[in-house]
Amino acid sequence: MKIEVIAFGIAKDILNGNQVTLEMKEQSSVADVRQALVDLYPAFQGLASLQLAVNADYVNDDYLIKENDEVVLIPPVSGG
Amino acid sequence: MKTLIHITSEKLDPQACLAAVSYPECGGIVSFVGTVRNQTKGKRVLKLEFEAYEKMALKEMQKIADQAKIEFQVEEVLIHHRTGLVKVGEEAVVIVVAAPHRKAAFQACEYCIDTLKETVPIWKKEFFEDGEVWVSAHP
Repeated sequence: MKIEVIAFGIAKDILNGNQVTLEMKEQSSVADVRQALVDLYPAFQGLASLQLAVNADYVNDDYLIKENDEVVLIPPVSGG
Repeated sequence: MKTLIHITSEKLDPQACLAAVSYPECGGIVSFVGTVRNQTKGKRVLKLEFEAYEKMALKEMQKIADQAKIEFQVEEVLIHHRTGLVKVGEEAVVIVVAAPHRKAAFQACEYCIDTLKETVPIWKKEFFEDGEVWVSAHP
């Protein structure tokens, strides 16, 4: 399945764009997607953290992603 | 209608925020205004840029307000955050908490800003004379 991953902050700089499309196996988890991203873009490993949000909520690593989920990369936040 | 949870690229208005949470039942109103500092670790900051995943940021800000009301028995919580380019001295965030008594208002206000910095998907980029950096991105 194809998964579109949207990026903000430094994740955008690392992807060199606002989003990336990944070809993932069915039943892929958030952890699988993160690993795929780190493999493609090793600079993600240097971040203090890299969370993923699905449909505008934080999810656990074992969350299974569905094809039309809105998946967003959340590098370390720094609001306020 | 007053907006308690708000993200905007316009200048924030702390006075209007204070007025929005004034109640006869509340004897204590505590506000926190976060402004853009002119230096970080001795390096001159020229300006900041905030970027938000707005849909989720609003949700997370609402969760903070709801939790503050449950945990500290405050009546009302306002959280406004700025996005886009923000100049030195300008407000980046305004939080106002109204409670019947001051102690709860102080505690809730601190809880709100501390939690916002941990959970709300907003990112700050600092611009220096010799470059720019996403704050807290690297360990």
